Amino acid sequence: MKSGPILNTSTRGLVPLMIAFSVFLLWRGHNLPGGGFIGGLVASAALVLDGLTFGPGMIRRRLRADPVTVAAVGLLVGVIAGLLGWFAGSPFLTGLWWKPIVGGAELPLGTPLLFDIGVYLVVVGTISALWLALAERRQGGED
Amino acid sequence: MAATGATRPAHLGWLAALPPAAVFVGLIASIGSTSAGQVVTFGFNWVPSLDVSLTFRIDGLSVLFGLMVSGIGAAVALYANAYMAGHPRLPRFFLYLTLFTASMLGVVLSDNILALFVFWELTSVSSFMLIGFDSDKAEARRNARQSLLVTAGGGLALLAGLILLGQVAGSYSIAEINTAGDIVRADPLYVPILVLVFLGAFTKSAQVPLHFWLPNAMAAPTPVSAFLHSATLVKAGVFLLARLHPALGGTDVWLWTLLPVGAVTAVWASMMALCQRDLKLMLAYTTVMALGALTLFLAVETQIGIAAAMTFVLVHALYKASLFMIVGGIDHATGTRNLMALGGLRRALPVSAGAAALAAFAMAGFPPFLGFLGKELKYEGALAIAEAPFAMTAAALAANAMMVAVALTVAIRPFWGPPTEAAERAHGNHWAIVAPPAVLASLGLILGLAPGLVGSILVGPAVEAVLQGTTAPELKLWHGVTVPLLLSVVTVALGSILFWRMRQIRGMLDALVRLLPTTGDRAYDTVMGWLNDVALWQTRLLQGDRLRRDFLVIFAAATAAVATVVALVPELSFASLSTIPEGPAIGAVVLILVGVAATVGVEGRLTGLAALGTVGVGVALVFLMHGAPDVAITQLLVETLVIVIAAAVLLRLPRTPEVPVRSTPARWRDALIALLAGGTITGITLMVVDGPLDLSVTEAFEAASVPEAFGRNIVNVILVDFRALDTLGEIAVVVIAGLACLALLRGTGLIQRRRRRAAEGPRP
Repeated sequence: MKSGPILNTSTRGLVPLMIAFSVFLLWRGHNLPGGGFIGGLVASAALVLDGLTFGPGMIRRRLRADPVTVAAVGLLVGVIAGLLGWFAGSPFLTGLWWKPIVGGAELPLGTPLLFDIGVYLVVVGTISALWLALAERRQGGED
Repeated sequence: MAATGATRPAHLGWLAALPPAAVFVGLIASIGSTSAGQVVTFGFNWVPSLDVSLTFRIDGLSVLFGLMVSGIGAAVALYANAYMAGHPRLPRFFLYLTLFTASMLGVVLSDNILALFVFWELTSVSSFMLIGFDSDKAEARRNARQSLLVTAGGGLALLAGLILLGQVAGSYSIAEINTAGDIVRADPLYVPILVLVFLGAFTKSAQVPLHFWLPNAMAAPTPVSAFLHSATLVKAGVFLLARLHPALGGTDVWLWTLLPVGAVTAVWASMMALCQRDLKLMLAYTTVMALGALTLFLAVETQIGIAAAMTFVLVHALYKASLFMIVGGIDHATGTRNLMALGGLRRALPVSAGAAALAAFAMAGFPPFLGFLGKELKYEGALAIAEAPFAMTAAALAANAMMVAVALTVAIRPFWGPPTEAAERAHGNHWAIVAPPAVLASLGLILGLAPGLVGSILVGPAVEAVLQGTTAPELKLWHGVTVPLLLSVVTVALGSILFWRMRQIRGMLDALVRLLPTTGDRAYDTVMGWLNDVALWQTRLLQGDRLRRDFLVIFAAATAAVATVVALVPELSFASLSTIPEGPAIGAVVLILVGVAATVGVEGRLTGLAALGTVGVGVALVFLMHGAPDVAITQLLVETLVIVIAAAVLLRLPRTPEVPVRSTPARWRDALIALLAGGTITGITLMVVDGPLDLSVTEAFEAASVPEAFGRNIVNVILVDFRALDTLGEIAVVVIAGLACLALLRGTGLIQRRRRRAAEGPRP
């Protein structure tokens, strides 16, 4: 995979921005367009861009964990978010809220946000796993 | 083989033995109340909307079975710990074994028939895992699959039967179903229910002609055979018949199905047992015989018949688990289970020789063993079958005589006589291999010496649970000179003759087997062959080796199906077609049309793909204009990523297409199908838009979104709160689909490597 200086430079700048934006989308999703799925897609796009520019190894370095593990952890986080409501005596997946006052403003934290983080991780893990499987095969020849 | 004797067992088996041992102690503690006729139930509501509760029921029947499962389970865990010592996958083995023990306890303790069914299927699955435990052997894999297909097939029938039963009885609780017996028996669905339940019970409890999977299950490691395929799993069918006896039993259909099936199974399996050379197979067939005998006695309503069945369940579990473990010990010490190669092992394995004698005496029914009690009761029970006393007594006599011969063979042939070559090489066994069977075999003697106790605390309460309220007969060793005693004497005499003339009898039986047109096992292979052929034919027909053809079939079939439905809808109006897009929407429509034209027109796959992306962007714009920003963003991102990933795939394909350019008629055909498919979908969309829009759900979500879920983005609130279970299912599907894709991508790599290796020739 060849990439010129323009792509190199813009990727270096874009990827951290896109990742930050994806987290922002995840956070604001409960009230404005966004959410775990969309945020996960943006983050995946960032990772794929990274991979296209600097090679698949870059994705592995950025994720640190194996992408399949990331997806599995996401699923686990989703289940845990559901179990928390269940442990509190409500039906499985009932939202629980905790709203501490941070710096004068109310900070709404709840199991739905945790659940959305799970969705985010599943999307990121699965898409990067698939793209890596394709890209690494091409790079390594037949295998 | 000799090296395995030196491997010291790990501690895992002790850990695995603890839970069943704890259950055993708990059940012993509850004997006080069950023998007084009380029923203890506990549990919680599992799926209230489906009337499924996880309620457990401790009465005489479940205590008897539960004690066998947990007691033998603990013994087998200890035994397996030494027997399988040094096996690389020992933790996995104990995982499956524990899963099985838990599921089996669930079967015998459940009070809800649907919960019982779930546990029933779990025993089938764990049995499958354990039979196929040596998964590098083709035989183990094949036999595991066979047992799963047979027992899970029966399980499906059972599920249907149990649901019908629950509908007819008006409850899924066993306690309530059993009090509604009169309603069930009078219902027109009674016979279908019975047939379905019988299918489940007969496959699980290996009744002829569905028995063939059980001898094949001997591919499992011996501790598994001792536990699952003799003492517990295969008794699940018998247990179910006993459990549902109050609701389903007592009719002519019940009686005249179970009597012949049980009798034929018992006699046929005894004959098969006699002609085996492999000790383990011999024991496997005697298990089938025992299951037949149990089925036979569950046909009746008499106390003595049910008492015979319940006593024999206990007797059989003790001696059979013990004999299996002894045979495992022989295999462990000598490396063979072939009867012809064994003899004179009493010096190398003195304790096992003694234990084998104890177990065999119980099996043959010598006094004062518990087996004697069991056999006396069987004869009394058979004589009490008013409908066919002679036939049933004759069947019991024939089967028992052959059991005596098998018992003598198993106890004498390997241990006595001059030592064979294998016996010379034999090494001693670890105490944990020797002790569990010895304890179980001794129990057969000890319990036989206390018949009153066994009767009042184990067998009696079980009989009362099956026959609901009637008191059980007292168990005694000495009844005076009665017909059953005389029959016992005849049995032992006949059995001894059979043992003495074993060689000739085996020859005759072998000849008989050769005369059979087919066996269950061969019939299974034939059916599986047909199934494979049909699957292959259908796959070749519908999914050729060209992706283009696959798509053609899929789109043509889907369009035909949907178009038929659309055409059948009356008053089809396309009123919304008259709405002409205006303003910025025109831009989006133009973009989509240009994209479609480009996709169809351009050469090259990558360009086509990018053009298709334009269509997606146009659709996203439409979403945006109609107030669905979340859907629009998702559409845009998915469109982008799909193109990136599809490009990664396309770049792997050879640059020059190997597929010849399609002919003009083929192109027209493809265009027609594409237009029809698109037209049908458009038609459906228009139909949907045309109808009055029901906004009640939307309004309910809008009203609840902020006060109940603290979110203003309803799409997201629906995804992560209102319908979060759907989302959880979807992300699970995403992960599973991703894993499947990975397996596919890596799998093809494997095949390519293998092909290359094969092309290079065998490795040095």
